[in-house]
Amino acid sequence: MNHLLPSAELRLENQVAVVTGGTRGIGEGIVRRFFQEGAHVVFSGRSRERGKAIEEELGKDVAFFPADAASPSDTQALMDFAAEHFGRLDCVVNNAGWGGEGGPIAGISVQGFDQSITLLLRGPFLGIKYALPHMQSGTIINIASVASLAGGYSTHAYTAAKFGLIGLTKSVALELAERGIRVNAICPGGTATAIFSRIYPDLPPEWIGRTPEIVEPWIAAGTPLGRSGFPVDIANAALWLASNESSFVTGHALVVDGGLTVGRPWSRMLDSYDHLRERFQSAMKEGPVTEGKENN
Amino acid sequence: MDYSGTSTKLRLENIVAVITGGSRGIGAGIVRRFVQEGARVAFSDLLQDKGKALEKELGKNVAFYRADSMSPSDIESLMDFAVEHFGKLDCVVNNAGAGGEGGPIAEISVEGFDRTIALLLRGPFLGIKYAVPHMQSGSIINIASVAGLAGGYASHPYSAAKFGVVGLTKSAALELAERGIRVNAICPGGIATAIFATAVPDLPAELVERAPEIVEPWIAERYALGRSGFPADIANAALWLASSESSFVTGHALAVDGGITAGRRWSEQNQSYERLRERFRSAMAQTTVSS
Repeated sequence: MNHLLPSAELRLENQVAVVTGGTRGIGEGIVRRFFQEGAHVVFSGRSRERGKAIEEELGKDVAFFPADAASPSDTQALMDFAAEHFGRLDCVVNNAGWGGEGGPIAGISVQGFDQSITLLLRGPFLGIKYALPHMQSGTIINIASVASLAGGYSTHAYTAAKFGLIGLTKSVALELAERGIRVNAICPGGTATAIFSRIYPDLPPEWIGRTPEIVEPWIAAGTPLGRSGFPVDIANAALWLASNESSFVTGHALVVDGGLTVGRPWSRMLDSYDHLRERFQSAMKEGPVTEGKENN
Repeated sequence: MDYSGTSTKLRLENIVAVITGGSRGIGAGIVRRFVQEGARVAFSDLLQDKGKALEKELGKNVAFYRADSMSPSDIESLMDFAVEHFGKLDCVVNNAGAGGEGGPIAEISVEGFDRTIALLLRGPFLGIKYAVPHMQSGSIINIASVAGLAGGYASHPYSAAKFGVVGLTKSAALELAERGIRVNAICPGGIATAIFATAVPDLPAELVERAPEIVEPWIAERYALGRSGFPADIANAALWLASSESSFVTGHALAVDGGITAGRRWSEQNQSYERLRERFRSAMAQTTVSS
């Protein structure tokens, strides 16, 4: 078996992929990157206007299908549509998602918690469940988060759902390995998209579209690599996982976060030790407490 | 939104890379893949004949340099050589390795433990230490192992060293992020190479040569994906981490392991539950008898 193939050809040629939440942000980035590499793509989303516009721009190899990722019947219809429209199904990218109800845990409504779990954890489960009958081999890619790996990057409910998504990824990977279907997750760090618009209460609609440019420097300041992530970074990771270059990779959570979850940033570590040295210096200036008292 | 990076061009064009342990196995696979994608490669090994042969086969964009990854001065010279020969340094793949002393922990020799740490953990440290002065930006890739993620896949010293490599990777990634140098690890699972020859002491040379084909089915039957891994699988992962497509990825341990560290195999899980159900059946059958 020789996978040492040069990359002159299109890397997803002849593949049919479904991408949920593909009308903007990371999902849109994945739709575009997959299309660029020769895939036929069906994508879903809640905005028909944006969906139709992208479909028209990219042409006949791309089709928009309105579907709510929280709905079992919508998801089943989406997968059936893709298989019917393009004749097969090779790749599913469970991407649809947004931030949920935030704040202290005692204040989170039961309904708000359920909503996050339904969209972010049950949604990918539905995507896998309803895609499988159409798949012979191929790949499933779940867009998780750095909030899958650690606390402190999102709301309680979002974090719970995203951790769960990694567990689902690994569990399903083990079952489907025996069928030749790979299942992996991508954990994006700070990526400049409209998902951050909900941080600002009652943001006027015309500002939602400008969220990516507003968050970009804010993300960059907090990321070890010194820049924000962009949909294309996640799209490139999804491309790699969808292509047969990653054919020995399954059950993996691929982190694309500019170093955010790797640990404490270097300069912060150094500053922290400087502060500690200052404490020693202060203590030494004060002198040994008991001796001083005796001398006095 | 910039979607440039379509694959009609070479993905490592203008990249100069150093690869340790490049004469065979995973290292040779990476050398070949990198050259295929337009990189210029300096690679090291103790196996000089194989190294020279590969150099000759691949032509002027490849240079072999004999170096022992256990030797600080060799590694320093290797990095100096690469920069002198090709003019710069963008990527280092710390790959050189071998199996460690196996067996129960109380019986492992101190010398055996030290050797494994020196090759598999200190080696990558040396590779980073002596490369970084030559690098403006770029990518460092440490070939770790599934034994860097979990126990039970290799000897005690090997596991210790490989976990250590993952720690070194993350620690160095945080420092070097501020300089635009990414540091990542790849954790291969079962890959059909000669590394498994060390499992059998005093194996004749021709069987060491044949080790990849001998181990392949042994690996394949243990993997739910139904195949062994190959150097090409690791080479493709290294290519991705060396290329600008992964430019937001650092401090990551990328498992290329056929799912083995994802957990217990599906069929094994089902068999285990079936055995449990049998225990219930036996217990109920006995109860029926006694009543």
